[in-house]
Amino acid sequence: MSDTILDVEGLKKHFDVPRPFFDALLGKPGQVLVAVDGVSLTVERHETLGLVGESGCGKSTLARCILRLYEPSEGVIIFNGLDITKASASTMRDVRRKMQIVFQDPYSSLNPRMTVRQTLTEVLRFHKVCARAEEETYLQRTMKMVGLTPDAVDKFPKSFSGGQRQRIALARALVMQPTLLVADEPVSALDVSIQAQVLNLLADLRSELGLTLIFIAHELSVVKHVSTRVAVMYLGKIVEMGTTEEVFEKTQHPYTEALLSALPHPVPVRRQRKAALEGDIPSPLDIPKGCRFHPRCPIAEEICRTNEPPLRQISPTHQLLCHLRPSNWEQARSVKNNTTP
Amino acid sequence: MNTTSAQVNRISTAPIPLLEVIGLTTEFHTAKGIVPANKNVSLGVERGKTLGIVGESGSGKSVLCRSILRLLPTPPAKIVNGEILFEGKDLLKLPEEDMRSIRGKDITMIFQDPMTCLNPVYRIGTQITESLRLVQHISASQAREISIDLLHQVGIPSPEKRVDNYPHQLSGGMRQRAMIAMAISSKPKLLLADEPTTALDVTIQDQILALMLDLQVQVGMSIILVSHDLGIVAETSDRVAVMYAGQVMEYAVTEAIFNQPRHPYTVGLLKSIPRMEGGDHRLIPIQGQPPNLLRLPKGCPFVDRCPVADPEVCANTPIELREIERGHYTACLFPEKVSA
Repeated sequence: MSDTILDVEGLKKHFDVPRPFFDALLGKPGQVLVAVDGVSLTVERHETLGLVGESGCGKSTLARCILRLYEPSEGVIIFNGLDITKASASTMRDVRRKMQIVFQDPYSSLNPRMTVRQTLTEVLRFHKVCARAEEETYLQRTMKMVGLTPDAVDKFPKSFSGGQRQRIALARALVMQPTLLVADEPVSALDVSIQAQVLNLLADLRSELGLTLIFIAHELSVVKHVSTRVAVMYLGKIVEMGTTEEVFEKTQHPYTEALLSALPHPVPVRRQRKAALEGDIPSPLDIPKGCRFHPRCPIAEEICRTNEPPLRQISPTHQLLCHLRPSNWEQARSVKNNTTP
Repeated sequence: MNTTSAQVNRISTAPIPLLEVIGLTTEFHTAKGIVPANKNVSLGVERGKTLGIVGESGSGKSVLCRSILRLLPTPPAKIVNGEILFEGKDLLKLPEEDMRSIRGKDITMIFQDPMTCLNPVYRIGTQITESLRLVQHISASQAREISIDLLHQVGIPSPEKRVDNYPHQLSGGMRQRAMIAMAISSKPKLLLADEPTTALDVTIQDQILALMLDLQVQVGMSIILVSHDLGIVAETSDRVAVMYAGQVMEYAVTEAIFNQPRHPYTVGLLKSIPRMEGGDHRLIPIQGQPPNLLRLPKGCPFVDRCPVADPEVCANTPIELREIERGHYTACLFPEKVSA
C-alpha cells in the first residue's frame, strides 16, 4: 500500500508586483506574477522527487509554499494526513520539526556570527527536541552523520569551505530528525569534486534515516542521479512527471526533450550544434495563452496557441501536459475504451 | 635570466600557435602572504581552434585570461615570470600603448556575468561600437548601422529596436549575445570566453554555445573557453588544459583528456560527475578539500587528495608538465599509475 507523506492539490502562488506610485494614483491595475500556477503532486514515503526546470519556472516558490514559508494563494497541502494549508503558526511549529529545507547558498543561509554549536542548539531548543543535558549527544551524532569532525562544532561558518558549510546546513536541517527534507539546489554552488561528496552524503542519509526528499535542481544529470521520480516544471506548471526512467528515457514532452538535448555531455564528441530551443523563457508576468510552452515549442500546432492542454495520465505513474503527445494518444485511448466495457 | 626555465617549459603544438603561454607565473601579494594564482602555466592555442580550460573555483582560470590581456591590477597582482607570445610577440614586454591596440581588437574577452560587464547607463548600441570608434573613424550613424548588423548577427530579434535598449531591458541570454556582439565587432583573432554560459539556463546556454561556434567559423577566430563544466569543454574544444590550484595538471587533445586521462585529478573529476547515460552508480568523489593557495606544498598541490600519490615524493618534487605521449602532457610524476 502506498504511503503518501505529502499531497499537494492545485497549488497556486501569485505575487502582486508593486505598482509605480503614479500608476497607483491613476488607478491602473497592478501586475500579478504567477509563480506557481496550479501544481498537484504527491510524494510517497522514502522516495526522492526531483523538481527540475529553468530559472523562474517556480520550483523554489513551490518548495517554499510546501513548507509554508510562502503563503500559497490557492490550493491544499496535506502533510502526513494533516491539512497544513491554513494551519496556525503554533501547529506549523510542530509540523516543521518533520519538514525541513536546505538552501542553495551555504554562504548566506548560515548566520556568520553563530558557531555551529549555537546554530544547532538554537534549533534543538526552539523545537524543544531534547533536554539540555542531551544536547551534546544530539550535536555529536548529527555532526558525525554529515561527516564533520566533532571539534568543528565550536567554529564559525567562515572557517569552513563551501562543501563543509553545506554539511552544516544539512546538520541544522537533520538535527531534529525530519521525515521530509526539501533540498533547494543544494549542490549548485559547489565545485564538481565537492558536489559529488554532498550528493553521496544525501544518498547515504536518505537510506540510513529513511528520509523522503524533494530535490530541486536545474541540472538534469544531478536530478537523474538522485531521484526516483522527476517533475519537470515550466512557467509555474508541471509539464511532465513520472519515474526517472519515464521522464528521461521515455520522454514525451517537447520541453523535456529540449532540456535533454541542450545538456552538454562530458564525452569528447563534436556535436553539430543547433540550439534545441529558440527564444527566451517568457516572463511569468505575461504567460502565453494556450499552452505556455507554444512560443518556443518546435512541434506546436494551432490548438496549442489557443487551448491549454489537459493533464494526461499516460501511464499509472507518468503525467503529461501536452496536446500533441504521446502521438498515439487518441488511438491508445480508443483501444483502452474498447477493452474496458 | 628566466629564459632558460621558460624554454624548458615550452609546449610545442605542431603548427605555430596563435597564442603561446610559456611558464607564466602570476602572484597576488596580499596581507596574508603571496598567493601563486598561476604557477608555471604553459599552453597554446592554434589559429581557428578552441582551447578549453577546466578547473574548479580558485584554480586560476580567470587569472590566466586576465594575465593574457594584462588586465590584472598591479599591485596586488604581479606577473613574475613567463612569456605570453601572441603571433610571436611577447605581450608582457609590449608597452601599454601597443597593448591597448591589441586589447579589444585582436584579443577580446567575454565574461561570466553580462549584467556587471555592460554599463547600465549606456545604450547597447553605443557600447557595442565604443571600441570600434576608438580605433576607426566612424560616424554615429555608421556606428549605429554596424551595431544593428552585429546584433542581427548574434541572433537578437528586432535589432533595430534593441540597439537603443539599455542593458536592464534585455534578458540574460540577450545580454550575453550583446557582449558577444561587442567582442566580435573587431573581428578578433582570439576570443577569451570566461565562463560565458555559467549564469544562463541550459536551453539558453545551448543557444549561446551554438552561436559562439558558428561565429568562430565565420570570423575565423581562436577561442579560449574557460569553464567548470566538463560537458561544455568536451563538446566544444579541440584541446583541453585541466587546471588545479593555479597549475596546469594535464594538457592534451580533447579525446585524450576524456578517454585516456593521465592525471589522477582529471580522472577524479570525470568520476565525480553524475552522467545521463548509464544506470544507477555511486559517484566517486575526490576526497578532501582544495588546498589553501597560501600554503601550497613544495611539490604537487593535489598530493593530499591523490589516490596514487607517494606522499613523500609528490609533496616535495616540484611538478612540471611532461610530454608522455605525442601532444599529451601531464604534471603527474606517476602517470603509469593512473587508470581511467
